[in-house]
Amino acid sequence: MTALEINSLDVRHGQLKAVRSISFSIEKGEVVALIGANGAGKTTLLRAIAGAHKLTSGSILLKGIDITDLAAHQRVAAGLALVPEGRKLFTDMTTQENLQLGATVSRAGGWSVDKIFEIFPNLQRHRHAKTGNMSGGEQQATAIGRALMSNPEVLILDEVSLGLSPLVVDQVYASLATLIQTGTTIILVEQDLSRAMKVASRAICMLEGEIVLDKKMSEVSREQITDAYFGLAKIKNIAVEQ
Amino acid sequence: MTNQIIQAILLGGYYALIACGLSFMFSIMKIINLAHGSLLVLSSYLFWWLADSYAISPFYSLSIVIPIMMMIGWALQEFLLQKSARGGELLPILTTFGLAIVLENLLFEYFGADTRSLAPYIGDLSWESWQILTDIYVGKTSVYILLSAISLLASLQLFMQKTAMGRQIRATAHDPDTAGLIGINARKASAIAAAIALGTIAISGLAMSIRGVFDAYSGGPQLLFAFEVTIIGGMGSLWGVLLGGIVLAMAQTIGASIHPQGFLIGGHVIFFVILLARLYMANSVIAIRIKKVFGGLR
Repeated sequence: MTALEINSLDVRHGQLKAVRSISFSIEKGEVVALIGANGAGKTTLLRAIAGAHKLTSGSILLKGIDITDLAAHQRVAAGLALVPEGRKLFTDMTTQENLQLGATVSRAGGWSVDKIFEIFPNLQRHRHAKTGNMSGGEQQATAIGRALMSNPEVLILDEVSLGLSPLVVDQVYASLATLIQTGTTIILVEQDLSRAMKVASRAICMLEGEIVLDKKMSEVSREQITDAYFGLAKIKNIAVEQ
Repeated sequence: MTNQIIQAILLGGYYALIACGLSFMFSIMKIINLAHGSLLVLSSYLFWWLADSYAISPFYSLSIVIPIMMMIGWALQEFLLQKSARGGELLPILTTFGLAIVLENLLFEYFGADTRSLAPYIGDLSWESWQILTDIYVGKTSVYILLSAISLLASLQLFMQKTAMGRQIRATAHDPDTAGLIGINARKASAIAAAIALGTIAISGLAMSIRGVFDAYSGGPQLLFAFEVTIIGGMGSLWGVLLGGIVLAMAQTIGASIHPQGFLIGGHVIFFVILLARLYMANSVIAIRIKKVFGGLR
């Protein structure tokens, strides 16, 4: 069953075409790693999918239902949640309040504040503390928890491990593993390639606003991804043709 | 002296009550509502009109005027402020400034130049007082106004802290973009916040018109006092509003005891002193340290 379908999406920042006619579809339960250099258009693409950035053209279907014209909060209600880059917590509110806010759309599902504290036990002691004073890892965990509170069917994680120490990244991924087992569809942006290859079942590489590689992780080599990342694949192809 | 302090605290309660809506809009929606005074006068006229034409007691007509003002607030946000907020920080200020002028002149055209008061419609309450010490009397209305200021500020604080809607409004104020991404209807939250702000304006309109007289252009001084209270009390703090009101009233009382015409000047002086102190403190090292220690107390 198709969880998310993107059809020839175009997104601009003023004159700049940040995302150029991108199409892909994701099956339910798939874990997709979105890979690309800074400025490749990953964040813009994800924000456009979540409804925070206006499309120039194209359409987005969630479980076969067209959500292109829905506002961001309606897309959350439809079952799509984004953990934004830089976490974007409400820093003058407590951890519990941040999590409660995530449940605003009140979709049916198993997540509750207590369940979030179960998978992120280190948050428990900050329950009534303002999130602004917490460490990066705790903030990231809260941001993921907040997104989970809406019981999403498709979870999008932008820059999961940015600014986190390797130990904390391990913790975050350990809890993601539990999530993956429950069958949640996930799109994640991860700069650490070996980690992305370990956790994801499929790789989509972006370069200058376009998809240059879209393959199952089992069918793709590390070298192919690196080539796509730096845009070497194109050059190599040209070299072969010549 | 004791009498002056007590009367200043009571006056401070009135100032806190008229500043409530302005401070709420300022801290929650980041809008400096220059139409605050005119909207206050509009609600006063609504109370007066209901009392004069239909003989409804102003206290009963609260249940009519508050919903009307809330609807006006919702409509203002939905059709005017939301659109103007997209044009940058200055545009909402200009919009509300224009709105104030339009409102004042419409009220003047419709109701004329006569000053009005609700005092004739509340019976003996308008002049009754309690004797609290042998030679000190406090007006009943002033005490009721102070009490309503405290209970209004307390219930706003509770609403913002404890309810889901209050949390959503705070989240929207903090970052509307992210609020949308986690499922909050930011537009609705802002409209509700504006409705609440205008609801409190209705209550302050009642307070203004039972303790004194008003005409179509009475909004200016009320806006000025409300603004001074907001700055003195510290933006974004509802309890600060009560403190700000009392500080302003104290300064005015001290000014008046120095010179018969020092009432207003006393208030303006304390306003400027605190404004300059805030500007200076904002950049100093001490302020940052104080914030670190006391930041969580607000």
